[in-house]
This record gives sequence, C-alpha cells and structure tokens, in this order.
Amino acid sequence: MSMQPLSAEPTGWRALVRMAFANRSFLVGFIITALIAAMALVSFVWTPYDVTHLVVADRMKGLSAEHPFGTDHFGRDILSMIMVGSRNSIAVALVAVGIGMGIGVPLGCWAAARGGWIDEALMRFNDVVFAFPALLSAVMITAIFGPGAINAIIAIGIFNVPVFARVARAGALSLWPREYVLAARASGKGKALITIEHILPNIASILLVQGTIQFALGILAEAGLSYLGLGAQPPMPSWGRMLFDAQTRMMVAPHLAIFPGLAIVITVLGLNLLGDGLRDMLDPKLRRQR
Amino acid sequence: MSLLEIENLRLDIGDTSILKDIDLTIEQGEVMGLVGESGSGKSMTALTVMQLLPEAARAQGRVTFDGIDILSAPEAAMNKLRGDDIGMVFQEPMTALNPVKTIGEQVAEGIRWHTGANRADAEQTARQILDRVGLPEAKFPLARYPHELSGGQRQRVVIAIACALKPKLLIADEPTTALDVVLQQQILELLRDLVDERKMGLLLISHDLAVVADMADRITIMRHGEVMEDGETARTLSEQVHPYTRQLAQASMHVPARKRHATAAATADAPPLLSVENVIRDYPGRRTSLLRKPAPFRAVDGVSFSLRAGQSVALVGRSGCGKSTLARMVLALDRPTGGAIRLDGAEVSALGEDALKPHRRKMQVVFQDPYGSFNPRHKVERLVGEPLHLLERKPSAAERREMVADALHEVGLQPRDMDKYPHEFSGGQRQRISIARAIITRPRLVVADEPVSALDVSIRAQVLDLFADLNDRLGVAYLFITHDLTVARAITDEVMVMHEGRIVEEGRTGEVLDNPQSDAAKALVAAAPDLHRALRRRLAEQG
Repeated sequence: MSMQPLSAEPTGWRALVRMAFANRSFLVGFIITALIAAMALVSFVWTPYDVTHLVVADRMKGLSAEHPFGTDHFGRDILSMIMVGSRNSIAVALVAVGIGMGIGVPLGCWAAARGGWIDEALMRFNDVVFAFPALLSAVMITAIFGPGAINAIIAIGIFNVPVFARVARAGALSLWPREYVLAARASGKGKALITIEHILPNIASILLVQGTIQFALGILAEAGLSYLGLGAQPPMPSWGRMLFDAQTRMMVAPHLAIFPGLAIVITVLGLNLLGDGLRDMLDPKLRRQR
Repeated sequence: MSLLEIENLRLDIGDTSILKDIDLTIEQGEVMGLVGESGSGKSMTALTVMQLLPEAARAQGRVTFDGIDILSAPEAAMNKLRGDDIGMVFQEPMTALNPVKTIGEQVAEGIRWHTGANRADAEQTARQILDRVGLPEAKFPLARYPHELSGGQRQRVVIAIACALKPKLLIADEPTTALDVVLQQQILELLRDLVDERKMGLLLISHDLAVVADMADRITIMRHGEVMEDGETARTLSEQVHPYTRQLAQASMHVPARKRHATAAATADAPPLLSVENVIRDYPGRRTSLLRKPAPFRAVDGVSFSLRAGQSVALVGRSGCGKSTLARMVLALDRPTGGAIRLDGAEVSALGEDALKPHRRKMQVVFQDPYGSFNPRHKVERLVGEPLHLLERKPSAAERREMVADALHEVGLQPRDMDKYPHEFSGGQRQRISIARAIITRPRLVVADEPVSALDVSIRAQVLDLFADLNDRLGVAYLFITHDLTVARAITDEVMVMHEGRIVEEGRTGEVLDNPQSDAAKALVAAAPDLHRALRRRLAEQG
C-alpha cells in the first residue's frame, strides 16, 4: 500500500482559525504581535503624555500612577515613549522586510527558473553579500549616508535581499521538476507565467515564515542602529536610543533601561513564536502529525 | 501451533475503524500472500504484528507470534523481537536506508544491538549476509553508502538487514513495487530462496495478484479492512469463489475492447504524425578532475522511430533505460543533443518556445503520479483548462467552462467536478482529470508516462478502458511509456523495447511479447509477472 504523498491542501477560513487556536505558539505570538501593532497604531492618536514635552522637574521619577513606567532624564513619560518608539521599530523592520522580499524573491525565482550561469552568478553574488557582517555594514552605510530612519531602513533591507533570494530559489528549485510544472510547460506557458501561477503560491508559506523571522531580526537591527545613534534621530523616540540614554544612569534609575529592553525582547519573542507557529501550521507534514 | 496467529483482530484509529475481524495464520517456512487494493488495511495488519502502529491506534483481539502475545507485550519485549525474530522489508529502498551510514554499519547495527556481538564479529556476520543477498564484499565493500548502489541493490541491503539474525518471520510490504520487472523477479527469487533455506515464514504484502500467485503458498484477500477470502493460492485464484476475488483477478488481466486496429493500419501510407530521427541526449557526467571536461552520460543514443496518426505505440524498458528522457524530448520539454524530432512535418526540436506554441496544442502529456501532477492550490477548472493557454484566441470565461465541462464529460466525470480541488478526488479520478487536461485541446498525440502504474488494478482497468475509448472516438495517437508488459499488451498496436538508450527491438505488440528476439526483450518478458502462467505452474506442481 502506498502512502498518499503529503500535499498542501487548500483550507477554508474556518479550518484555518481552528488550526490557529490549536497551535499555542502561533496563538501567543499572534496576540503579542497584535498588541504591539495596536500600541503603535494607538500612539498616532493618543499617548498618555506628549513625548516632545520636557518636564525637568519630573525627571527620573520611579513608577507611579501618573507615570506607570516612570520618566526619563528629561522628565518624559517612558510609557508614551515606548508607544511612539514601537512605531519606528515596526516601520523600519516592515519596510526592510518589504525591500528584502521585493528584490530577493524575484531574484531567487529568476535564478531558479533560468538556471545555468545566471543562477550561478546571482547566487555567488548572494554569497558575497552574506559574507559582509550585516549590522556592521549597516553601521557603515548609515555612517556614510548620514544617520536617520530612511538610511537605516535601506541598510537593513539590503541585507534581507540574499536571505529571501536564497529561500525563494531553494523552494522554487524543488518545484520545477514537479509534474504539474511539466504539464504547465507542455501547455506552452512561459517561465514567468509558471512562476506566478504555480511556483509563488506554493512557496508563499515558507516566504511568510521567513518574513516574520526577518521582521524580528529587523527590529533588533533597528534597535542596534539607534543605540549607536544611527537610526531615528531625536526628538523621535526609539527603543534603541532609549537604551543608550539609560546606560549611564543604570545604577540610579534601572527602569530607564528595563522597559525599552523588555519592549524589544517581547516584540522579538512574539514574532519568533508567530513564525514558528506559522511554520507548523503551513507545513502539511507537521500538520498531519498533530 | 502456528508461527503467527492473528485472531479476531480489530483496529481503530481515533473513531475510524481500520481493521475488522482479521484472522490470519502463518506456519514456519510458509509464504502467505496478503493482497488488496490501497486502503484495504494490508500495511496496518503488518504494522500491528510489528507493534509499530501510530499513537492513536487501539488494537483488540489476539496476535500470537511464536507463543508470545504481541498485543500485550511491553515495548522492551517488542524491541527484542523486531529485527531479531521478526524482520521487515519496506517498499521504498530509497527511504528505508539511512543515507549517512555505510551499508556495513546499517547491517551490523541490528546484529550488535540484538546479540551484543563486538564490532568485528558483527561485521563478519554482516559480510556473510550481504554475500548471501548477492552483494559480495569483493564488489560491494561494507564501506559503501546507499547512494552508491542502485535501487535493486539497496533493496538487497534492506533484505540483508531484515534477515541478518535469521528471523522466524519476515514481513515484506510491497518489496518490489518501486523496482522494474527484471529487478522484481530477482528480489522475489532471493526472498523465496531465503524462505526455503531458513524455514522462515514470509508475509508478502502486494497489490499485484500475479506476484502473489507466483510466490505465496496461501493467500488472504482483504478489502476495506476485512478479510474477503483466504485459502490455498492456486485454488483460491483459479476457482474464484468469492466475487471480489473474481473482480480482482479479472481487473488485473483486463484488456480493453478496441476497434481501431484496422484503421490505424489502413493509413500506413500517410506521412507519420511523429518522427524521431537519430535522437541523442547527453547529460553532463560527473567531474573527475578540475581541469578535464567530464565525459558526458548518453541517456538516449541514436533513437529513430515514427508514429502514425491514431496509432498506439508502447515504449517499454527497464528503469533508467532512457524512456522518460525520450518522452520529454518528444514533448519538447527537453532538447536533444543531436538528431531531430518532427511533429506533423515541423521540426519541433529546433523551435524556440514561442514558435513551439502552435505545435504544443497537438501533443499533450499524462504523468504517472496522480497526486503530483496537479498544483494542489488550483481548482479542477483551472487545472484542466491550463492547456487552453495554447489556443490562438483566448476563450471567454463561459467558453472556457464549457470546454472544461466537455473534457470532464469525455473522461467520465461530472461538469460540477470543476469547482473542486484535486485532493477531493480518488487516485483513479485524478488520473481522469489528468487525461481531461491532456485532451482538452484535442491533441493528435498524447504521451503517457507510466499512466496507470500508481493505480490499483480495478481502477487501472477503468483507466485503460478510457484510454482505449478515447483512441477510438477521438483518434488520439498514444506513446505509452511503461515497464508493465500487461499494460502494453492491453492498449497498444506496436511496441518498442528500449535498453541502455537504444531501441533494441520493435514490432507488433503481440508478436514481440510472445516471441521476443533481443536479450533485453527476452529478459523483460521472462520477468513480467503473469497470473495465468503462475497459476498454470502452481496447478501443474500439484498435479
């Protein structure tokens, strides 16, 4: 008796929701990510205090009812700063992932479809980009072109390109010899059309999972750049910069470092859980074993 | 007392009933054939004996092996039995071996674990058993890795692992399904010799009645998790008392009724639909030196043949003989290194993708695997309508649905099936969808690459009927690629035998298969399992 090959089956929305509830890491990751995103959205219309408003008299206050997370060395409300800072982190990471996917996925698909020297050249170029230490190079790029959120986005985005190119190429290569792709070729469809109709939908899930992981890495990278003063510039609050400001006052006011640090950790953790959960949900092999 | 006794076995996984009231016994030195179509519970029965069932499975009843109650035996006791007194051979030799361990290690592993022998002794035993299964150390040292062996050789290693400790019972689950007929015969002979030599019991699971008829002393026929009939092989299969036994036997010898033989011959003077002229295909060989260019591997070596409109031709040969490579070149999915392929007078092998488009409409393809040949994310309408891309004028949505409905109707499916996904269909239905996709542009040639070898016998018979019917009604010419001579005989007018990249024999199907001339064809014919022949032999033995 032959086993039925495992195939990704299209599933209705209801089945998807049921699966999501059965998958704990997806559920937890999704809730955390949704909360962070909601926090960023709320910060556009409302924050407890104005983050540009300095009240020197209230500087470095501890936790209190008025300032649940305390205040910083200029007397700004830390909760408000974290809320506004999440905007920046999410925007930078999101656009960086977008750049990575937007350039990397077509490159990877092209390499897989064409093969031969184009594939070889693209992948060796990829290897070269991989060989640069990503964060250090991002530091270099922002140092040359000047600090700021836009340059941080570009610097982080560039190093996402080879990641997505590689994942897309690997996925696409395993699909090209499939019989349904051969049948499409026998139907006279060109490589571009086959890539859009048959390859992309079938590698979308692995790209999505990689996307969440790169998103988490993007948040970390952005925090690193702003910590070095190369990301978002003051008065725009950012988590990395808050950590930098906190480090000389660690002994006096540890809450200055703890809350932005926790924000980074929880966001990254949530995204990683989301990615793990998505992978389990979208991989039909793992799904059957449940 | 029998070696293995299964009584009233009942198996449920979750709320689904898998096996009901299974009774089965195997004596020492006896071959028991377990036959049934996919999903009949054959493999589950075997896994119950091994206690390798999935977590959620619950078994009731009694399974006794050599006096041990298997169903209540603790895991530790089962670990002692598995691989020692009960050996198992799996279907797929590719996945049954660990690719990062040498064959010596893999055979010796079980010996060391069960007997506590030291490495040197275990390797000595491994050497002996590998020699016994036809892998002598002089040619196949223990340090070989599985990927350095062919499929048949790997299956020998799997058998060596299963038989290393002289088990009392060997369970072989479709041990030859992944192999071509010549290898199949060799492996079956090896199993039979081992059984005779060591007085082992053998539980041979197969969907192929001819294989079982040839091998088994007694036979158990299963369907939907129940035993339909059991008894002495020759009598059960020749008397066919149970209707399901008869149905299986007839399906496995089914020959579709065809009317076109005469018309195909009448147009013999017309120019050929397809002509393949001296086609060569080289693949780059493995590089042995950085500087030297690797010697190419010649998969197809100077093949020439022609095919007339409406003609049905079989291309048979062992696995790796180049038949699938040839098929891809005919379909213009791959380019020949040398030679020319003409379809309807146009040299398709020299055309670019754009210039090919009008010619592609005249040829379509049906693949072997009814699961792998569809994009799982598309609905049937889109899958079947895919070749409509080849039409000069894009059909409107309504026309498109109409054409898909027509094609589905031709292959015996309902027009409303077009809104379903491929996973909602059974294997046989999927192969019908595959055929619908192939005929929607009314091609003149359909290349079918092992189109029925993944199907159960009764479904295979229906699909063969469909092929014959389409040939009659639509005049489609077929190039049928197969290693199964029964299929070739059932559906084709002429046959070409391919061996190591060349066509070594061709002629009318019946003549070539009844009276093969070349060595390759003789080997294929001799190795092909044949239910009639096996039963005649068995009945003759019994006198």
